[in-house]
Amino acid sequence: MSREGVPPLPVSAPAMPFQDAARLSLGDTQLRFNMGKATTTIRAKRYKVVDEMPDWQNLREAGRAIKDRTLRHLDKYLIQLEESVTRVGGKVHWAADAEDANRIVAGIVKSHGAKEVVKIKSLTTDEIGLNEALAHQGIKAYETDLAELIIQLADERSSHILVPAIHKSRAEIREIFRRTLENTEHLGDEPKELAAAARAHLRRKFLTVPVAVSGVNFGVADTGTICIVESEGNGRMCLTLPKVLVSVMGIEKLVPTWRDLEVFLQLLPRSSTAERMNPYTSFWTGIAPPGDGPDEFHLILLDDGRSKVLADRNGRQALHCIRCSACLNICPVYERTGGHAYNSVYPGPIGAILTPQLVGVENAGSLPYASSLCGACYEVCPVKINIPEVLLHLRGEVVRHKQATLAGKLSGENIAMQTVARVFASPRRYEAAQKAGRLGQKLMVKGGVIERLPGQLGGWTAVRDVYPIAPQTFREWWKQREKVSNTKTVPRQEARP
Amino acid sequence: MRVSLFITCFNDTLFPNTGKAMVALLERLGHQVEFPMGQTCCGQMHYNSGYQRESLPLVRHFVDVFRDAEVVVSPSASCVSMVQEVYPRVAAEFGDESLRREVAALSPRVHELSMFLVDVLGVEDVGAYFPHRVTFHTTCHSKRMLHIGEAPQKLLRKVRGIDLVELPRADECCGFGGTFAVKNADTSIAMLSDKIRCVLDTRAEYCASADNSCLMHIGGGLHRQRAGVNPIHLAEILASTDEDAPAAKEVRS
Repeated sequence: MSREGVPPLPVSAPAMPFQDAARLSLGDTQLRFNMGKATTTIRAKRYKVVDEMPDWQNLREAGRAIKDRTLRHLDKYLIQLEESVTRVGGKVHWAADAEDANRIVAGIVKSHGAKEVVKIKSLTTDEIGLNEALAHQGIKAYETDLAELIIQLADERSSHILVPAIHKSRAEIREIFRRTLENTEHLGDEPKELAAAARAHLRRKFLTVPVAVSGVNFGVADTGTICIVESEGNGRMCLTLPKVLVSVMGIEKLVPTWRDLEVFLQLLPRSSTAERMNPYTSFWTGIAPPGDGPDEFHLILLDDGRSKVLADRNGRQALHCIRCSACLNICPVYERTGGHAYNSVYPGPIGAILTPQLVGVENAGSLPYASSLCGACYEVCPVKINIPEVLLHLRGEVVRHKQATLAGKLSGENIAMQTVARVFASPRRYEAAQKAGRLGQKLMVKGGVIERLPGQLGGWTAVRDVYPIAPQTFREWWKQREKVSNTKTVPRQEARP
Repeated sequence: MRVSLFITCFNDTLFPNTGKAMVALLERLGHQVEFPMGQTCCGQMHYNSGYQRESLPLVRHFVDVFRDAEVVVSPSASCVSMVQEVYPRVAAEFGDESLRREVAALSPRVHELSMFLVDVLGVEDVGAYFPHRVTFHTTCHSKRMLHIGEAPQKLLRKVRGIDLVELPRADECCGFGGTFAVKNADTSIAMLSDKIRCVLDTRAEYCASADNSCLMHIGGGLHRQRAGVNPIHLAEILASTDEDAPAAKEVRS
């Protein structure tokens, strides 16, 4: 752990509340600068390549519909996938949780007498803490995605789904490489030089390590084909050079048919890296002829809380996610705080709805509140996940959970909310509260505004003035106006006959 | 048309001038304006903070107050989106069948002011005169929940004397988000300071919007900085006429 105050994985650990972690990040000016620059750039590029698609909204709708159908019949399609993969020579393992999955991977690695693995597409394996679990068994895992590698060498956590080192500048990366890689004393901070240093390190691993572990972007039920998309080609090296390939796939990464890929392979690159087409798209169907790819292929189907999410009618749309990270790049909260504030391998808006569902709202209750509900995430989501709707649903869960305990019932917030609800339910009480408030604020109003509020509301007045209750509310003005117009009309009516 | 005003608790209590401007504007356009005195709050604060069961009595109350309205018009995009988008959800989850039916019948008749003028009445020129440099902040709920589109801009462009300047990064949230500004004060402040910088870049005299809640946030920040930019609700610009600006009239003639 190198970043102060950022606890390490795993996803199941009770997290530091978002607002505390965010405060740490917000104080880091280098981070704020890097994040603002990176997200602004990628946003602008994304708008450009999305705008040139006349059928983008139809594609989004198609993506959502395919994901909906898949989740409705997930049991059927998963069994079909297992049959298809087995038919083409792969072996399928079912893992209920992280522990299961880690044990299966370690077992496969050990059965080949291996001490090292190379890895690509590591998000799902980050979720289950695979690298740490393998280290316990004396097995060293090497990340091969450039950004994942930087994070691993820095002994840190990812801060972005797609660009794990988005918070790092080139100078920081050079320092990390100089510290950890061979022959880098004279390394500069040009992207080309940095990439070359990483390449030299990775080539040695690709050619000597016997087992590769990958994540999965899509698993196709009817053909048993597995797909990953990536930008560097390092994934393809992992998938083809080692003798044994183990792919860990969240059970929601399924598509029913090969044809469905057509939709997602258009939606994904434009939404994530703002590319029209993905640079490296690899498919593998079972095992290849000898000498052409791995001799052994294992597919681990990981649940790890997903079937519980599926059981929640309001929250299950989080499983539509294709991990494009468009919601992170657009989110004004993520842009300011960076990914570490979310204390989750899934940061940003999608993390704010996925993590509390995977680990339970009682363990991540601050995350559904880590949003101003501006709705930008929903607008850009390529599979139309209504993230604000799920955030609100989870806030309801957090409150229900709190209200189930006596301490929660007696909390200041709960009492205040109950009281205000009672006040609002009656116009009489509401008007009385307006008058009481006006009286109560008297000592605080200075020059037409309030500059300091007490208690938790003090966060507001740290940098903002407050407009006080008006000397005459609208309804008081209206009443007066009615009275005046009545007194005006009465004599007229009397005079009429 | 018989127009029932839903002024919202927030505007009633803190920004009464916005409501008064709506009355002046709608009456000038020849409508009969009513203010049902029983109205209080739409329940958005409760719902959005997770106190969703607690918002149910407020949904019922709103329906009781406005049941017989021909149309309901409000100066708050955010409260209107609560009624249009969230009320059906609350009614379905916590309410009964009759409430669900009543919400379904009422919510399409509830409109945000600028959408009501442009999309329902088909009016763009409301005869306003406002000789000032103005920038317009598109609030998140007006843009992404109500899909308000260009309605406010269409109205503003027809205001005589106005110098309308585009706000950089206009689509970005100002960081208010209701209780977000208190629960996540530090993040909210970071978002606000970027928004204020954009407002100052326009060198506008007024920052206008269709939601006083966001204006309270931006305006509160501007006021603390003594920035000399005034927040103003769209309704107040649209209600202004030559009579409100005698000095400017002299200059013009």
